[in-house]
Amino acid sequence: MATLEIRDLHVSVDTENGPKEILRGVDLTIAGGQTHAIMGPNGSGKSTLAYSIAGHPKYNITSGTVTLDGEDVLDMAVDERARAGLFLAMQYPVEVPGVSVANFLRTAKTAIDGEAPKLRTWVKDVNKALSDLDMDPTFGQRNVNEGFSGGEKKRHEIVQLELLNPKIAILDETDSGLDIDALKIVSEGVNRFASQGDKGVLLITHYTRILRYIKPDFVHVFVDGRVAEEGGPELAEELEANGYERFLKASTKA
Amino acid sequence: MSAAETLVATGNRAHSHGPGSPVPLQARSERPRSYDVADFAVPNGREEEWRFTPVKQLKALFDDAAGTETPKIDASGPEGVVFETVAADSLKVGKPQDRSAAVAWNHAGEAFAVRIPVEAELTEPVHVNVASLGARGFSHLIVEAGRHSRAIVIIDHTGAGELGTNVEIVTGDGSELRVVSIQQGDHESIHLAQHDALVGRDAKLHHVVVTLGGKIVRVATNVRYAGPGGDAELLGVYFAEGGQHHENRLFVDHEATNCKSNVLYKGALAGDHARSVWIGDVLIRAAAEGTDTFELNRNLVLTDGARADSVPNLEIETGEIEGAGHASATGRFDDEQLFYLQARGIPEDAARRLVVSGFFNDIIGKIGVPEVTEHLHDVIEQKLARAAELSASAKAVVGQ
Ligand SMILES: Nc1ncnc2c1ncn2[C@@H]1O[C@H](COP(=O)(O)OP(=O)(O)OP(=O)(O)O)[C@@H](O)[C@H]1O
Ligand SMILES: [Mg+2]
Repeated sequence: MATLEIRDLHVSVDTENGPKEILRGVDLTIAGGQTHAIMGPNGSGKSTLAYSIAGHPKYNITSGTVTLDGEDVLDMAVDERARAGLFLAMQYPVEVPGVSVANFLRTAKTAIDGEAPKLRTWVKDVNKALSDLDMDPTFGQRNVNEGFSGGEKKRHEIVQLELLNPKIAILDETDSGLDIDALKIVSEGVNRFASQGDKGVLLITHYTRILRYIKPDFVHVFVDGRVAEEGGPELAEELEANGYERFLKASTKA
Repeated sequence: MSAAETLVATGNRAHSHGPGSPVPLQARSERPRSYDVADFAVPNGREEEWRFTPVKQLKALFDDAAGTETPKIDASGPEGVVFETVAADSLKVGKPQDRSAAVAWNHAGEAFAVRIPVEAELTEPVHVNVASLGARGFSHLIVEAGRHSRAIVIIDHTGAGELGTNVEIVTGDGSELRVVSIQQGDHESIHLAQHDALVGRDAKLHHVVVTLGGKIVRVATNVRYAGPGGDAELLGVYFAEGGQHHENRLFVDHEATNCKSNVLYKGALAGDHARSVWIGDVLIRAAAEGTDTFELNRNLVLTDGARADSVPNLEIETGEIEGAGHASATGRFDDEQLFYLQARGIPEDAARRLVVSGFFNDIIGKIGVPEVTEHLHDVIEQKLARAAELSASAKAVVGQ
């Protein structure tokens, strides 16, 4: 089973006034079979963590390590990380004009597997993945994310998750912008993925709403660029009741 | 595309503007056109119509002297098509609008004509290859589509020299003609061209300019309408690499009623001093009621050191139109798209190719001639491979 290990990760971004540190020593281990939720207020660095693991060039890793089954992830190119088994469902999926969803999915699948998928089963798989997420098969002919509604973009991320079937999935606020029906559909997709048994899920969110549908084994409260507290599902309930106040105070004292 | 892009768009309102274009189109459309070279001074680069062009390198094509070679013309086509040599002034749909076109007109000798007979419906394209042999030469083509005919004519310009050409196109009433002009000369070649099209009543012209090779290529396309109901779709694709200058200038002159024009030009640029220029002038005269026009130019800048200029001009003299608009956007290659594709396992090179072919996808779909679109795909792939090699070796040098 796969293990993603993040150790003392420090990340900064370049700003006009020089580098700005956003992640300030993140420690986190996600093993296959586990679902982790990271919850934190706006601007606490959740997306920064997700993007840094995926290798977005905007983020500079200043210290720390990220390994997948012992392999140095930070040393890999973005596409190598994906082929190694990491998947990031993005908070803001990108539009790629002129590239059809069908072409995109097939190209990605071929890259991940190292060989082209069998045509006959592939078309069926794509249509099933789309319909499982309540997306019309005609989405295959549309350009990637172009003109998709916010909710369709998120569902399209989960379609990709199911088709590419990585070892570890990082879902960055996949729940935001979804109405309750879409939230259920997306959650079912994530649960299908997780129910394979050996998959790791890192669910990033700042609402507890999605945790009614996806049961985390561990909850991490993320404040000001690091994990402020860890616990089980009960921690999410506390957040639901009391919000982030307690943690924010603790962090300003520190 | 990225946030760096600029977009100008206008709605259905009478107005006249365009970045960097002080000359009203009405006046511009009346600027001298002449068959006499002496009516045009040798350009110095400060003239409105030459200010984007590296005129110093064009001396040979401004010189009022006979060519040093005759470009080789090969033509083939399905049964029924007529190929013949005719007097240069047999049609006079085109009239040179600048010095180089006048030089080409006078020194090309006779014109080579392709005629599609009345009511002929050709199933296969007509091919005309104009090959420059390495010296200085001129050619003059006429493409005439008979009333109610349907045809595709592919004009392929190849070779190594300095070439000046005039192309005259006439589409008979109710005909549908697709003319694809491909410019793919060798790396040092220079090609200056003027195309003039006269669109017949209820006729449809698809005019496609594909520029893939040549050091300097400048194609000026002028479209007029012989009667109401004409429809012109003007498409262009170009891809300038380091040191290449690809220029397209369009002028659509709406004078007849209920005519349409739709201009779409897309270009990519990669490499040091890759340069493109697009000028799109559309004039809707007072008489041209019911006109429907839109023009769009988009450029994708793939590397540093490349530059795209884009100047749309729309001038409307009547309020009684269906629609009119223009847009122009130049964007840098979007790294977020690249990241997204790579994050799905697609290697960088393949991701880059996917984004660029995506950029061209809509216009390639409109060209509608499979042999041309396949060729375009191939050449774009080759160009991207070259660009990737260049950036890889640049990285290697930096890394040393
Ligand atoms: N280029 C930049 N310059 C300055 N600050 C930046 C830059 N990029 C990101 N930041 C800051 O980094 C912090 C963390 O951003 P990040 O997107 O990781 O937060 P988040 O926890 O995902 O927030 P949200 O819940 O809103 O999605 C924010 O305060 C953001 O403003
Ligand atoms: Mg975020």
